Amino acid sequence: MPDAATTPGAQIKETVFEARSLTKTYGMGEVRVQALRGVDLDFYAGELVVLLGPSGSGKSTLLNILGGLDTATSGRVSYHGKELTAATDRELTEYRRSHVGFVFQFYNLIPSLTALENVAVVTEIAEHPMEPADALRVVNLGDRRHHFPSQLSGGEQQRVAIARAIAKNPAVLLCDEPTGTLDSATGIVVLEALERVNHELGTTTVLITHNADIAGMADRVIHLHDGRIGEIRRNVAKKPVRELHW
Amino acid sequence: MTALHRKLFRDLWAMKGQALAIAMVIASGAATFVMSLSTRDSLRLTQAVYYGDYHFAEVFASLKRAPESLRARLQAIPGVQQVQTRVVAPAKVEVEDYPDPVTGLLVSVPDFGPPLLNGLYLMRGRLVDSRRDDEVVVHDSFAKAHGFQPGGRIAVVINGRRKRLRIVGVALSPEHIFPIRAGDFIPDFESFGVLWMARTPLEAAYDMEGAFNDVALTLTADGRLEEVIERTDGLLRRYGGIGAYGRKDQVSHRYLSEEFRQLEQMATIYPVIFLSVAAFLLNVVVGRLIRTEREQVATLKAFGYSNFDVAFHYVKLVLLIVAVGVLVGIVGGERFGRGLSAMYMDFYRFPFLLYVLQPHVAVIAGLVSAGAALAGTLYSVRAAARQPPAEAMRPEPPARYRETVIERLGLKRWLSQPTRMIARNIERQPLKSLFTAIGIALAYAILMVGFFFGDIVEHMIYVQFGLSQRDDMTVTFVEPTSGRVLNELHSLPGVEYGEPFRTVAVRLRSGHRTYRTAIQGVRPGGDLHRLLDVDLNPIDIPGNGLVLTDFLGGILNVGPGDPVTVEVLEGGRPVRQVRVAGFGNQYVGLSAYMHIDALNRMMREGHAVSGAFLSADSRYANEIYASLKEMPRVAGVTVRKKAVKNLEETMAEQLLTFAFFITLLAGTIAFGVVYNSARISLSERSRELASLRVLGMTRGEISYILLGELAVLTLAAVPLGFLIGRLLCGYIVTSLETDLFRLPFVVEASTYSFAATVVLASACISALVVRRKLDHLDLVAVLKTKE
Repeated sequence: MPDAATTPGAQIKETVFEARSLTKTYGMGEVRVQALRGVDLDFYAGELVVLLGPSGSGKSTLLNILGGLDTATSGRVSYHGKELTAATDRELTEYRRSHVGFVFQFYNLIPSLTALENVAVVTEIAEHPMEPADALRVVNLGDRRHHFPSQLSGGEQQRVAIARAIAKNPAVLLCDEPTGTLDSATGIVVLEALERVNHELGTTTVLITHNADIAGMADRVIHLHDGRIGEIRRNVAKKPVRELHW
Repeated sequence: MTALHRKLFRDLWAMKGQALAIAMVIASGAATFVMSLSTRDSLRLTQAVYYGDYHFAEVFASLKRAPESLRARLQAIPGVQQVQTRVVAPAKVEVEDYPDPVTGLLVSVPDFGPPLLNGLYLMRGRLVDSRRDDEVVVHDSFAKAHGFQPGGRIAVVINGRRKRLRIVGVALSPEHIFPIRAGDFIPDFESFGVLWMARTPLEAAYDMEGAFNDVALTLTADGRLEEVIERTDGLLRRYGGIGAYGRKDQVSHRYLSEEFRQLEQMATIYPVIFLSVAAFLLNVVVGRLIRTEREQVATLKAFGYSNFDVAFHYVKLVLLIVAVGVLVGIVGGERFGRGLSAMYMDFYRFPFLLYVLQPHVAVIAGLVSAGAALAGTLYSVRAAARQPPAEAMRPEPPARYRETVIERLGLKRWLSQPTRMIARNIERQPLKSLFTAIGIALAYAILMVGFFFGDIVEHMIYVQFGLSQRDDMTVTFVEPTSGRVLNELHSLPGVEYGEPFRTVAVRLRSGHRTYRTAIQGVRPGGDLHRLLDVDLNPIDIPGNGLVLTDFLGGILNVGPGDPVTVEVLEGGRPVRQVRVAGFGNQYVGLSAYMHIDALNRMMREGHAVSGAFLSADSRYANEIYASLKEMPRVAGVTVRKKAVKNLEETMAEQLLTFAFFITLLAGTIAFGVVYNSARISLSERSRELASLRVLGMTRGEISYILLGELAVLTLAAVPLGFLIGRLLCGYIVTSLETDLFRLPFVVEASTYSFAATVVLASACISALVVRRKLDHLDLVAVLKTKE
């Protein structure tokens, strides 16, 4: 399988995640769902990867396992050589606390906290965080920091979620359909924020979408189908987000 | 303040109504606890200080008559510190414009100086002057009942001689904190009073010159009570001593000790009920909160908050509610405690009240409340903490429903679609339905507990005065008298019928178990004073043997046919073996009964009587009282009508005030449980109900689905509530049981229906409130919200 690390001429990059023979089965009500059916994959430091695939293809499951939110049924994943699949609950918590930033499709802001406080919830337990107000400025929301989620538009809420995710200076940023509920103009503002974080802070970013148009902004695009990897494509010419449209 | 703490306060604010309701239930529990224990501690402290400052004696003994020279020999008993000999005389008291019989207990005070023991606390006026023979100090409760003031006059009949006395002072004594006439069980301040006279004039009036008939002792630091009692008895035997006893058998002291015990019971039972309800409500509310915050919990965990952080977050929420409740409870309990202590001051005559709320009482109230609340929420909090974050992110799978038992039984076609929804919803979450039903059942139960005291009072009055003591008046004689005196009583105009009785002070012994009481000798076939069996049927007194109150049988651990040693404490003090012939039921006191002839045979006294029960024409009552006052042998008269009135009033004041208080709290709890359940169902199902409205169902139809479920649970809780209520009532009755009195276990139909009415009314009010909310269901907004 052609890969960045082995492609001649490509810069040798540090491997962040290494997944081997990953499977995941879970029960949903009375049905058993096989979400991943053997995934082998590597992610490299500083890259922006888009995971593309229809709903039910296993994208979210893969992302959750990478982020230490979920555990694999079999196979293994390591983060900088440390095996996540063997980690205890306490170790996973520590891993999420120190290394991972999440952005969810439904923002998952805490409704009883203001924008600034939603960011502070994370910075208060991180080791070398940004100032919450600075994180909000990165996503251009410095002036909305005292608003509650119910007073913000969907795009603004998602940008607060991004600010919250990057405020701890995470090594990886995992985004699950961050534009899934947004119109395209708002979606572009949100993606620009992600692009900026990836570019300026060098945060390894994995972004899930079922919208193929977004794939243009990625270093690599990975297609998932029915719990398996379909195709891995390297973008030779990465498009700036503002040139995307859908 | 951290952001998570802000979330905590805002969450709490958002559910302030429910949180406040729960805090109030906790407050009720903590308040009852603090109130009961602070009152007990205050009365105890007051008692200890009063006993110490006024030298309350430790050993008491009555006798017939002994020369004052015996005092030195009593003083010489090893272990005795101080000896106070006294003359105590029963008297009939004449109060102007008060025709009913009044009895008094005249107690001597030394001619010079204050009493060594059982000192007087002078409230008004002065102590008596021994150089004058007509001065008297009266007990404050007696003075209050009749409006006596220093300078007032009363007359007493001592040994048949009438004597006019001048009141010079009003006082209290540690010996009569609970001033009660021997044989009564509720004090009657109008018809019984303690009076103090100087020793010399009282000796003269009672033919006791140079002698005494009562003695009080205190012990040295190493004095042994049992030994002193034994030696005192030995010395007094020749002089007609009827047995020395310690503080624990002193009437006033015993009533106080009983009261302390009851306050402790109250400090256990009621907080336990309130805190269980609070724990239940917290379980429901916090469980619901955690379910709605499922995704927030997952998000926090995604960002690295640990299981402990999440659990601790919700624990803090619970503890905040507890803190508010406990704080209100402690402040309220302190106020109620002061109030209750003050109410006891009317009943127990202390000269002062030292109110204390010991810090550890407040601390325990807090710890127990917090413990109960955490126990109630443990499950939900643990579930939140353990929730795998990724799973929490996914929408909850559709709930698993299946056809209910009723439907499977083939009743399906008679059930409408909404009715099926109700049935399936109840059956889908059997545990939740059960808990809701238990919560509502607790409301029924608490109401029963609050209300059944009224049933008890009514039942006791019915049994005591309707079935057992049916006389109009009880006459007691100064000393055992020939049975012929009955003819004299019969001849009084208006007296219709009389039955004699003989009372003998005894100590009953079986093995190492003993009990000090009196044997009542009664005539068989009596109609005015009947013995009742446990089923309240009259029992005829057998020709031989003892009939014991069943509780006394338990204390002595004897059954029918077993021998009991009777140590008579008066007269020739014979010791006899008597067989137990049977058991009777008695709510007040622990008497033993014998055939009057058998008792007299045992005493070798011929046909002697201690008094008589009379039935009389009420029109002649005042004339009969006047005649009895004139009869020298008559020591006192108790009037049944007054006893009933007195019992009703006292019980009403004590028990019913308390019951009213409990009922009020219980009503609030009932409302809280039902309302909380309804609110939670509403918020959990508003989306489903809004969808049904969109599909064309009317408000009435969706109200039926939601409220129908609640109605089913409220009704299903009725039998469960009655059962729990009965168990609690039974537990309370048993735990309040003492040798002074037992409460009958009766719960009348009216109590059940009262409990049901209050709960159903609360349920209806809650339903109306929820119905209003259903009417305002915003269809579009509800459907937009993400599940």
